[in-house]
Amino acid sequence: MDLKFRRNPDYQTLRDEITSERLFMDRRHILSAAGFLGAGSILGALPACSEPEQTPTAPATAGGHPAPGAALAAKKTAFAVAGGATVEEAFTGYCNFYEFGTSKEDPPRYANLMKVSPWQVTVEGETDAPGAYALKDLIDYSKLEERVYRHRCVEAWSMVVPWVGVPMHSVLSKLKPKSTAKFVQFETYLNKKEMPGTNRPSLQWPYVEGLRMDEANHDLTLFAVGAYGKALQKQNGAPLRTVIPWKYGFKATKSIVKIRFLATQPGTAWNKANANEYGFYSNVNPNVSHPRWSQASERVIGGKGGFNERRDTEMFNGYQQVASLYAGMDLKKNY
Amino acid sequence: MAHSPLLRAFGKHWLKPLTLVALIAPLAWLAYQWALMLAGLPSDMGWNVGQWTHRYLGDTAIRVLLVTLAISPIRDITGWAPIAIIRRRVGLAAFFYTALHLLAYFWLDRSWSLPGLIEDVTLRTYIMLGMAALTLMIPLALTSNNSSIKKLGRRTWDRLHWLTYPVAILAVAHNLLMVKIVEGNPTIHAVILGVLLLWRLGRWVIGKFKPAQVAA
Repeated sequence: MDLKFRRNPDYQTLRDEITSERLFMDRRHILSAAGFLGAGSILGALPACSEPEQTPTAPATAGGHPAPGAALAAKKTAFAVAGGATVEEAFTGYCNFYEFGTSKEDPPRYANLMKVSPWQVTVEGETDAPGAYALKDLIDYSKLEERVYRHRCVEAWSMVVPWVGVPMHSVLSKLKPKSTAKFVQFETYLNKKEMPGTNRPSLQWPYVEGLRMDEANHDLTLFAVGAYGKALQKQNGAPLRTVIPWKYGFKATKSIVKIRFLATQPGTAWNKANANEYGFYSNVNPNVSHPRWSQASERVIGGKGGFNERRDTEMFNGYQQVASLYAGMDLKKNY
Repeated sequence: MAHSPLLRAFGKHWLKPLTLVALIAPLAWLAYQWALMLAGLPSDMGWNVGQWTHRYLGDTAIRVLLVTLAISPIRDITGWAPIAIIRRRVGLAAFFYTALHLLAYFWLDRSWSLPGLIEDVTLRTYIMLGMAALTLMIPLALTSNNSSIKKLGRRTWDRLHWLTYPVAILAVAHNLLMVKIVEGNPTIHAVILGVLLLWRLGRWVIGKFKPAQVAA
């Protein structure tokens, strides 16, 4: 299926871009090599001189929302993580987005095929405001916030990401869920030509995820449209994704095209693939091992030279303020 | 063709050294990637060097093990007998990569923590299977030399080295259970092992019921 995909004319036209991106990465490595040799002054000047090159000059798309990589203005918030953000190249270069393939390098390699403009999000189910919304009508780009959250993958690694987005409740309230809506389900874009990984039956496509309404309305939960001060790159879920920092990463939904309000608990992609290993809640919990690996600690991605320190995983990924959502629940059973 | 003088000369003088080069090549490539990484240059190892390294060594170990199992079928299908002389060194290389795989995992993933290793081996089925495969390989590696064959006698030695089959099954099961979903490489390894085992089963069945035809 790889071969079939490589015959796709879209892929052929992209090959040049892919090559130039690789050269771009090489340039970064040469710079870091200079730092490695102990040129402290050069290293100090790096952030300033690399800034203009890293911000592509495509401000807006046909859909009226910022194109991937375009600079976003966002209000700083108090949400921070000690030690600061992970190096941006790790965030854009080490991704799980199975629609583009199962290796970490597949999404950065192939996500360019995905068309993210125009972009519509269909709202349906238990709501008084169903319909198709343009992204710019759903997200108020004048009210963007930057929040630095720890992102914990179920594969026992983590990153620290400065997300740009809006609290999810600010959007959901506009969408008028009925009182019968107890859950909300999100669905990822699906296009077999643009997403080579979806030609394999690795997961049931489209990717769906869901939250209880009180989880969705918690102030920590975000609709993100950017990270590192820029509109999301395609491999990170452009143009719209969810961020639920106390849950494992797969609970987030990338490149969202559907929001569905439901009265009953929805099916979710990984739970459908393997219910024994991936529950509906999937809260970060160092005391509940994944059946095939421990969740007690995690590798912190982005270490020098690709070497990653280990840190102890915290309950709810350190976001203790969500504990009340699960009062009285046995979190070993509701994993 | 199997008996051409050229091929005979190749088998006699070139097969063993070339096999050695081919078996060392994956390790040399790994060393090259590490050298690039340590020099601050771009390597193929990405953002998780530890995991990449022990998975690469594990994949290499399984592939070399599958090559070991493929040598007899290749000999029987092509009729080129000298190829069997490389079987022992290929098998030894499979053990060597398996041992490196364990060391890399113990160092880069478990940071030399013995309790961490014990926890993994006792709690996680796929790691238990992997350790069982490695353990069974030890007697095979120790006896992969001429003096052991003499000491044990050909029959006993053959019977002992029949363990290669359970080792391969354990290793491929370890690989299959490691991934989150049915995907790529582990599936390919399993299919290749399945074909190799079916081929042997077929030969065994034929040999049992029609001994005269096999001898022909």
